[in-house]
Amino acid sequence: MEITKFFQYLIVMAGVTYVIRAVPFVLCKKEITNRFLRSFLAYVPYAVLGAMTFPAIFYSTDGYLAAVAGTVTALILAFLRKGLLSVAVGACIAAFLVNII
Amino acid sequence: MRDFRNGMRDGLPIALGYVSVSFTFGLMAVSAGMNWWQAVLISMTNVTSAGQFAGLDIMVAGGTLVEMALSQFVINLRYALMSLSLSQKVDQTIHTIYRFVVGFGVTDEIFAVAMSRKKKVSRYYMFGLIAVPYFGWAGGTFAGAVLGGVLPEIVRSSLGIAIYGMFLAIIIPKAQEDFRYMKVILIAVVLSCCFKWLPVLNRLSSGFVIIICAVAASAAGAFFYPIVEEERKGAEK
Repeated sequence: MEITKFFQYLIVMAGVTYVIRAVPFVLCKKEITNRFLRSFLAYVPYAVLGAMTFPAIFYSTDGYLAAVAGTVTALILAFLRKGLLSVAVGACIAAFLVNII
Repeated sequence: MRDFRNGMRDGLPIALGYVSVSFTFGLMAVSAGMNWWQAVLISMTNVTSAGQFAGLDIMVAGGTLVEMALSQFVINLRYALMSLSLSQKVDQTIHTIYRFVVGFGVTDEIFAVAMSRKKKVSRYYMFGLIAVPYFGWAGGTFAGAVLGGVLPEIVRSSLGIAIYGMFLAIIIPKAQEDFRYMKVILIAVVLSCCFKWLPVLNRLSSGFVIIICAVAASAAGAFFYPIVEEERKGAEK
């Protein structure tokens, strides 16, 4: 990738992200009261992560079986309420074990 | 100063979690053809997991700047809500000028820890709470970008699933505790699978797919299963 193109991407990416975070924090001293908007914003992070995870997780490692093993392990650990680190590492170990078999 | 130390102490477990995920980010960025400093620069200016991974995909695929801006906007929209809640939680030591600084460091985990404090939080506490995970995020990216190459291919390949494991660790407990969230997540997942596997639909680039899925699922959720005000206040306490 060309350096100028990279910096264009970087500025847009970082700029949008910063504005989203800082502007409400700096300007809004009042809370949003609209119920639809509040509900929408509450759901967004989970919908984003759901859409990002599936089906991409099945293509995240070489070998379909390894990906499925990692996914199942992560789902079980997450259902057991393990922390972020444990679930991520558990999924990697499961995928690794299937990969070396 | 004591507040700063307390913040750093609370930030340490967050930093440890960040190191593992940002390591994967650095590794993936370099294997996608970037220099180590580019990966580190992305991490230092963005400090967001989902946004950076999606942004990397768009860069590698040569997507448009509009697609980049839109995808970052939708993926990171949740930070606007968190910043709003956090603005009610900080004390008077955080003047407007410091709000520009603290606003930069709002992430899911930092937000969650700050909100879980019993009293209002000072700027020193927030600085400590943000500083440690920030260096964990940047340092992990650097380590992944530089050291990732020496790892055997089989280990590198296995690490690719780490970020998704972390995402599952965030969404599954929420889905268990509240079925409305589970329905919204399922709608998003089904839509996302349709865009991947159905003909015609699968021509759309990944950045737009996430935007469409997230907006459609969240709007459906807000319409059919609105979250009423009293519950929200209860949940924030």
